[in-house]
Amino acid sequence: MARVELQSVTKSFGQITAVKKADVVFEEGSFTTLLGPSGCGKTTILRMIAGLEAPSAGDILIGGRRINDLPIHKRNLGLVFQNYALFPHKTIGQNIAFGLKYRGVPKAEARDKVRQALEIVRLPGVEDRYPTQLSGGQQQRIALARAIVIEPDVLLLDEPLSALDANLREEMRVELKSIQHRIGVTSIFVTHDQSEALAMSDRIVVMSAGEVQQEGAPEEVYNTPATEFVARFLGAANLFDARVTAADDRLVELETAAFGRLTLPRDRAARLGDAGPARLVVRAEKLALSEAAAPPGTVSAAATVAAVDYQGQLARYFLQIGDSQAQAIQMIDGRPYPEGAEVTVSLRPEDCTALPPASPDGESGPTGR
Amino acid sequence: MAQAREQDLRPWYLLSPALAAIALLVVVPMSFILVYSFYENIDLGLDRPAFQFGNWHELLTDSYYHVAIWKTLRLSVIVTVLAALMGYVPAYFIAFTRFHHKWLLLLLLIIPFWISFIIRTLSWIHIMGNEGVINALLLWLGVIDQPLHMMYNEFAVVVGFIHVFLPYMILNVYVSLEGIDRNLEPAARTLGCTPWQAFLEVTLPLSLPGLAAGCLLVFVLTAGSYVTPLILGGPDDFLFGNLIYDAVMSELNWPMGATLSFTLLVLLGLVVVVYSRFMRLNQLTKAFG
Ligand SMILES: Nc1ncnc2c1ncn2[C@@H]1O[C@H](COP(=O)(O)OP(=O)(O)OP(=O)(O)O)[C@@H](O)[C@H]1O
Ligand SMILES: [Mg+2]
Repeated sequence: MARVELQSVTKSFGQITAVKKADVVFEEGSFTTLLGPSGCGKTTILRMIAGLEAPSAGDILIGGRRINDLPIHKRNLGLVFQNYALFPHKTIGQNIAFGLKYRGVPKAEARDKVRQALEIVRLPGVEDRYPTQLSGGQQQRIALARAIVIEPDVLLLDEPLSALDANLREEMRVELKSIQHRIGVTSIFVTHDQSEALAMSDRIVVMSAGEVQQEGAPEEVYNTPATEFVARFLGAANLFDARVTAADDRLVELETAAFGRLTLPRDRAARLGDAGPARLVVRAEKLALSEAAAPPGTVSAAATVAAVDYQGQLARYFLQIGDSQAQAIQMIDGRPYPEGAEVTVSLRPEDCTALPPASPDGESGPTGR
Repeated sequence: MAQAREQDLRPWYLLSPALAAIALLVVVPMSFILVYSFYENIDLGLDRPAFQFGNWHELLTDSYYHVAIWKTLRLSVIVTVLAALMGYVPAYFIAFTRFHHKWLLLLLLIIPFWISFIIRTLSWIHIMGNEGVINALLLWLGVIDQPLHMMYNEFAVVVGFIHVFLPYMILNVYVSLEGIDRNLEPAARTLGCTPWQAFLEVTLPLSLPGLAAGCLLVFVLTAGSYVTPLILGGPDDFLFGNLIYDAVMSELNWPMGATLSFTLLVLLGLVVVVYSRFMRLNQLTKAFG
């Protein structure tokens, strides 16, 4: 178990910069998720920590020690690959005992440890089978067993659940988390699935195009996104153009076309200046629809239901509010509002977040570019 | 019942064109050869149809033929082992290089096949002959003052064989290396292997099927040839195939040639059968990968 630290780590492959000046701390014993779309550099970070790629610049520290130049086989890390990478010509027992063999663990002791590891992943007694004789989910557990049996300082997991079907994935999600909790190993988990990240992590590091966009606890990242990218990537979010009309260190007043004036607490608009343009972020589930007047303490607007996506206990509405479009997700008990219905949408200002507008070259980093 | 039997026959219907072709092109000519081996050779090129075991008796009793079989096996093993050692490295390089134009490397392997293999074999005369490139260079540099005798001996024959058969080995090994999951070696590395240990634990065992196929191919091709020793070898460097050539072309003794041909065919067929039986068992225990 150890703390892992990236100090302005950069990795370039020729012209491509896969990771740009990443500064991240993975606390000892924590479960941290690297979350981001395909190609944003998640695997590259993991491979650099494992030693399979060398950083172009910056330092990687494990347990306070700089390990840039430490060869892979001396790093004592457990790495679980997306496709499991079990050795097809070795039995499950030999696969799991592999790391023990190279640590000089005596045979009898290794056999005990293999048995224990198989119990932890709830697959006892499969030592003599070959990987291809197991299902995908079982192979995934074997890969995990092989990685944890060596008692690694850090456990690295590269989208280990993505090859499983939806049901199994949710089951393994819970199981993986509880195994991690039991053995308490510092874990770094890579995924592009936001619900996986929200469900499993102590901390989430959101990445885009090689840059770290935000780092924080799941509810922090979800509720107070630091950039438009984070707001859009985690769950369904609406973004409205706004303008700061007044601000002090407690409150920020915004003017929007759809909802008029609303006042946010300062911590919901921490990145805003005291004037100028802004973007108002409203989560789809925070937009309330009703036929009656809006409740007190909310701001509201008239809207038309343009389309309905009925999902049983939930309905997703596509709304036209003046000139802008918005999405709302609501629990329903009866029938959903039909297409074309005239409704009132309301929101509580303290549920919103305000951000500085993105710089013109698209999705931007926390500081723009 | 009747329907079940009909279904049992269906694979045979589908196989019948192939079976017919094999029967016509392989089994029938081989039967001719077998029949011919019982004929009697009276004079140069003059045979008498008969059913007698004179040729077979000669094969089994004349030690000249036994020496040829021994020489053939020995040289084939030498060539196979050398080709395996020399072929693995380039195969590994082509399979794992990050060079973007891999097809170019593979093309380089295949291009020699565009030139007749006899011409490729003859080219060694200009390289290793007394007036060849190597001797000319060494003489000019003053390293030697008499040309080295590199031609018309076993060494030259081995060089010629390796030159011609190495691509078969490389391609076979390459194909099996190419099929190995690229994450396996890194996985072994993170579990504590040095690069060399990771190779021995993962890549080498998983590439054995390709290596085995390459070895079988090179062995059989070498054991069945006669042109290379004819061009590059000395009087003592003959293989079993050269005896067939001599019997048929020089002595015009077709019955003896037929006997020898059939023998070589059976011997090599036996090698293939035993070897592939052994490899298949091996693969079963290695499990379904
Ligand atoms: N060996 C390499 N050579 C060249 N470019 C590479 C290499 N490895 C990664 N890249 C590039 O670096 C960028 C980041 O790749 P990386 O594999 O880290 O993405 P990722 O976030 O893991 O994506 P995914 O979710 O698809 O796995 C990509 O643009 C990729 O093309
Ligand atoms: Mg990846």
